[in-house]
Amino acid sequence: MRDLRLAVRAGGGFGLALAFFLIVVVLVPFAVGPEAAVLARIGPGVLWVAALLATLLSLDRLFALDWEDGALPLLATSPLPLEGVALVKAAAHWITTGLPLSLAAIPLGVLLHGEGAALLWLAGTLLLGTPALSVIGAFGAALTVGVRRGGLLLSLLVLPLYVPTLIFGAEAARRGAEGLDATVPLLMLGGISAGSLALLPFAAGAVLRINLR
Amino acid sequence: MTAPVLRAVALAVARGGVPLLEGIDFALRPGEALVLRGPNGAGKTSLLRCLAGLAPPLAGRIEMQPDAAAYASHADGVKAALTVEENLRFWAALHDRPLAEEALDAFALRPLRHRRGATLSAGQARRLGLARLAVVDRPVLLLDEPTVSLDAASVARLAGWLREAHLARGGVAVIATHAPLGIEAPELDLSAHRADPRATAGPDAAFL
Amino acid sequence: MSVWDYANPKKFIDTTTPLIPWVSGLALLCLAVGLAWGFFLTPDDFRQGSTVKIIFLHVPAAMMAINAWIMMLVASLVWLIRRHHVSALAAKAAAPVGITFTLIALATGALWGQPMWGTWWAWDPRLTSFLILFLFYLGYIALWEAVPDPDTAADLTGMLCLVGSVFALLSRYAVNFWNQGLHQGATLSLDRQENIHDVFWIPLLVCIAGFVLLFVALVFMRTGTEIRLRRMRALEARARRLEA
Repeated sequence: MRDLRLAVRAGGGFGLALAFFLIVVVLVPFAVGPEAAVLARIGPGVLWVAALLATLLSLDRLFALDWEDGALPLLATSPLPLEGVALVKAAAHWITTGLPLSLAAIPLGVLLHGEGAALLWLAGTLLLGTPALSVIGAFGAALTVGVRRGGLLLSLLVLPLYVPTLIFGAEAARRGAEGLDATVPLLMLGGISAGSLALLPFAAGAVLRINLR
Repeated sequence: MTAPVLRAVALAVARGGVPLLEGIDFALRPGEALVLRGPNGAGKTSLLRCLAGLAPPLAGRIEMQPDAAAYASHADGVKAALTVEENLRFWAALHDRPLAEEALDAFALRPLRHRRGATLSAGQARRLGLARLAVVDRPVLLLDEPTVSLDAASVARLAGWLREAHLARGGVAVIATHAPLGIEAPELDLSAHRADPRATAGPDAAFL
Repeated sequence: MSVWDYANPKKFIDTTTPLIPWVSGLALLCLAVGLAWGFFLTPDDFRQGSTVKIIFLHVPAAMMAINAWIMMLVASLVWLIRRHHVSALAAKAAAPVGITFTLIALATGALWGQPMWGTWWAWDPRLTSFLILFLFYLGYIALWEAVPDPDTAADLTGMLCLVGSVFALLSRYAVNFWNQGLHQGATLSLDRQENIHDVFWIPLLVCIAGFVLLFVALVFMRTGTEIRLRRMRALEARARRLEA
């Protein structure tokens, strides 16, 4: 709750990720040309990559603020275990980035000539996949919390971990948009999200404890 | 004689993998406090972090109920975007405690309660950090230089709160400080416990 | 005596130092024989011509690129569970060797792909997986470099290696699913009937042995260096303490 309030109060993370998402999507037609057919074809993939990069943007502040102002050791000695702290942080991150990005994907998809069902598929896969992005990101942020200017390192560590989520997410969105059977990628996407949510908070908690030593 | 709330037995502490302190023994029964003395770098912070469970001891053991300690570091952990009251409410909720008005009164925070963390002076932020201890209400206090940036009146307020609200109710405290705090407590001089520089304990031991 | 005795840094150095010349000598011998045999004494393939000979570099490098990561995973687990410093340092030492093998596999693959497939690069599952493996190595090495305290770095990179391995496997599956690919199946399998002809098979085995020995020699050397660096650090720290 506090993190939610902080994210909204500080203003930064919340609007910034959305604005970044918008800008990337606006830049794409300038780069590849305005043809509707091309844009409609690459739309889901572009939106997935843009969402992924926008998620990355606010990750390095996830634990860094608590690290700098000394709240992290205080959290570590509180009744809430660090695993729980990591999960709550990931959840707050998802609510302030993943969720709005998934919803914003619909109007932005229209800009890229997406239509009805395709837009719903896109938003649906993003809703299913962005929790994994947030919790993987929380693990990465926990790894780099003690590193000065760890933002770049964080991207380097987290992006390879994002590959399976991106592949299954974009593939499910594409297949759904073309009316093909998307069961397998959808199941895999859901599986990755569920598995990451179940296991990665433990890894993130362990890593935070190591960094606090 | 009641059982100790906090006991350290033959405790050895490292900082950054280097042995720093050894042979630390003490026991605090309800209502007792211990003041840590020693020059800068003697290992006061490292010992407190170890007692708080943040860093593992190099040797020896710490006897204490789980989740009994409240640690206050150099940094106050004040969230700049939240008001004084919201900051305290967060810690109260996290520890599943009500937000007691006495905590605000004890450190004269009532006039500041709607000020945002970012606008507090260093001393005011420190008072907020100390009020957090009153809110979470744990029996073992581990205080690292609590008087830094406090004015004389605030130091007196801290000593009064420690004596009357904490120790008198059976709590214990380990306090690292250079300034006289005005509470009756034995002192532990850490410079007498410096680890033997030839000691081969610690993570480097395997390489020596 | 148990195998864990070699986890003592001094014991490790004492044991491996005399072995290094032999292992590296044997590695060079195998590589010289295997590559010369492969390049000059095998016939050209009837479809692929002389380009087929790049397998003598490509296949062993690719195998060892994966095996190096697996070795790092095992070493990281040993470190996280049993806290043997040698294990953590061996994982650190293996990473640059592994990334080099990955690069060799990617580069030789591109050289072979150009005449054969008509392109330097294709987003084929195997190629893509290796590119992703390269990124994992890069992140792992970067994290080691970024964290100053050696034990913290060992813990953090160990956790990264663990989590990374799971996601690397997932990526492999995802990439297969995403694109069925041009790359032929495994070059080697236990069922020799399906394999390449004996003429290529034997020199290839010699080359693989050479790469394995080269990997072992390099990891021994680099682990020894890491141990000595760590020892110097420890001695310097103690000297500073004694002065103070």
